[in-house]
Amino acid sequence: MSKRIGTEVSLAVAEAVRLCNPDVVSAYPITPQTHIVEELSHYVANDELDAAFIPVESEHSAMSAALGSSATGARTYTATSAQGLALMHEILFIAPAMRLPVVMTIANRAMSGPISIWNDHSDIMSERDVGWIQIFCENGQEAFDLSICAFKIAEDKRVLLPMGVNLDGFMLSHMIEPIEVMDQAEVDKFLPDYHPQLILDPSDPVTMGPVGVPEVYLEAKVQYEQALLNSRPVVKEVLADWAKHTGREYKVVERNGKPDAKILYVTMGSLGESVMSAVDSLVEQGEDVGQVRLRLWRPFPEQEFMDAVAGADKLIVIDRALSPGGVCGPVATEIKSLFYGRDDAPEINNVIAGIGGRDVSVNEFQDIYALSKAGGIKENYLTWGVKSNA
Amino acid sequence: MRNETDLSGYEKITAKTIPTECMISSGHRACQGCVEILAMGMVTKATGSNIIVANATGCMEIVTSPYPQSAWKVPWIHVAFENTAAVASGIEAALKVLERKGKRKGPLPKVIAFAGDGATADIGLQSLSGALERGHELIYVCLDNEAYMNTGVQRSSSTPFGAMTTTSPPGKVSKGQYSWKKNVAAIAAAHNVPYVATACPGYHMDLMNKVRKAMAAKGPAYLHVFATCPTGWGCKPEMGVELGRMAAKCGVFPLYEVENGVWRITKKFKKPIPVLDYLKVQRRFRHLAPEDVEDIQARVDKEYARLEALEAMSGGAPKDKDDDE
Repeated sequence: MSKRIGTEVSLAVAEAVRLCNPDVVSAYPITPQTHIVEELSHYVANDELDAAFIPVESEHSAMSAALGSSATGARTYTATSAQGLALMHEILFIAPAMRLPVVMTIANRAMSGPISIWNDHSDIMSERDVGWIQIFCENGQEAFDLSICAFKIAEDKRVLLPMGVNLDGFMLSHMIEPIEVMDQAEVDKFLPDYHPQLILDPSDPVTMGPVGVPEVYLEAKVQYEQALLNSRPVVKEVLADWAKHTGREYKVVERNGKPDAKILYVTMGSLGESVMSAVDSLVEQGEDVGQVRLRLWRPFPEQEFMDAVAGADKLIVIDRALSPGGVCGPVATEIKSLFYGRDDAPEINNVIAGIGGRDVSVNEFQDIYALSKAGGIKENYLTWGVKSNA
Repeated sequence: MRNETDLSGYEKITAKTIPTECMISSGHRACQGCVEILAMGMVTKATGSNIIVANATGCMEIVTSPYPQSAWKVPWIHVAFENTAAVASGIEAALKVLERKGKRKGPLPKVIAFAGDGATADIGLQSLSGALERGHELIYVCLDNEAYMNTGVQRSSSTPFGAMTTTSPPGKVSKGQYSWKKNVAAIAAAHNVPYVATACPGYHMDLMNKVRKAMAAKGPAYLHVFATCPTGWGCKPEMGVELGRMAAKCGVFPLYEVENGVWRITKKFKKPIPVLDYLKVQRRFRHLAPEDVEDIQARVDKEYARLEALEAMSGGAPKDKDDDE
């Protein structure tokens, strides 16, 4: 039986991972990911999780050991944040190329410098094109739920790709929330054992990671890009299956607020919940406003997104990462390119907010709405909340 | 690491029992006279087929794995350059846990990591140290050809003093490589792992028996293998094996092992050859002046004396008669 408990979201994620019974956890500590891997190492130390915990000497080695482990046929998990994710960067590309379904939690944190342990999405946005399935959580329950779904999605024979589960560092990872925690029997019913396709085994030798000469490199890349695109229906299928098991339904893109609203916020991650509150009070005030929340970031849910925003005149896209020297924030860039050349393209206002742990209140989101509605956002993007006297 | 393992029961190779099956097929793309591939083959002859190989980016990775061809008869993985020890750690941890959980059958394979000197002494030193310190049961083999050969002969920290490479060129104010060769075997030994050894294919029985001892270790083993690169060193391809012997004989690359903390020189030469004999047959040293060679000789002698002292101090050398009486 599942039970509802009050717990820190990091601990709920660790519990979700424990319930998935990984064989190997390979991790290096970095704030704000630490509570997750600390908890997992306690589970291993107390024999509550039968796994090898490899306390590696860097994130680069965390991901490298994870690949070695996954290639040997072990269900493998790791977690990181910011600088740690960046240190993994080189190896992140290689995981999908080898079709290794490693699952990783990313407690999103701002990239240095200046050094900051606080939240934004600059870490994961720098890893946009590494070929991983990337999903964002809004709250603790979702972090627990999606952590379990991630193993099922990644290990599906039609997918076999690594998956990153993003949760906002501190703002989400360190919150105490009421979370419905499933028991082992329920998770076992949902998540089958991992049956790898090709493993490193002397009884059936394979060569993994050979040289890709120009005659084959492109085809190899296109194959795993295709695998990533093919994962989209599997993500939806697994989320639907999860709803059947738990009654908790997640879509790759969600919509709330006034139906047929002409102005829509677009959010990703935990800021979405603040925006939900802002939308609720704006609707109460009689405003014609709604919200679209992106849950799946890679592969991008194009059709679902277009359906969700159909009929809107204006989108207020909130980005939680800067793209210095670029045209706008990474999420807005994606969305603008989707609408390019279309007659029904809405006006797109891009607001970059919540950088480096800067709080953005519900009231501020209402202010952003008012500004956008009045046509006050003329620039490609507006960086919100910059103090002129700083 | 604290685990000392008794290696005395290792499966010794003799001239009569020398294994002949190499886990690397012929037809690979190594250069003529490459001693690195020879060394790698010899290691796999001694290990047998129940192994999983993790290979760093480098010459050996390139020449054995151009897709869709592979020279490997055993399971093999290449991930990147600096992380082979970490990849091998993950394999080893996975094998053990899968066996414990009843998810894999059959005898546990030994994990062998192969990496060049750049991948070991420079960019991969951290992941090597991590793997040694954590005590994974694996054999890490550094194939040392003393420079970044795959990228076109650039200096590494394993390049010997005075050697000409494309990034340590001799010039008006340069004598070539300005620093002394990094001693990675000693660094590995400082991790107190059960077994560390240096070897060279010129002494194949010595090399293969060191591999066998490493196979018996219930913890990390580190082998530093001297591997002549005729292309990069500027010597005749047929000189590769002989040059390794000369390096051992002149003391530039002494052959020794460190077994559970006890240092022992495994090849001692009553009449060491002068360093000059070794240097003068390689184009990479030909710019050196006689006084440079004297400096090198002096430093080599000093290093060798230190090795002998370590041997005596750790109880690796047979005691001389005075001590017995």
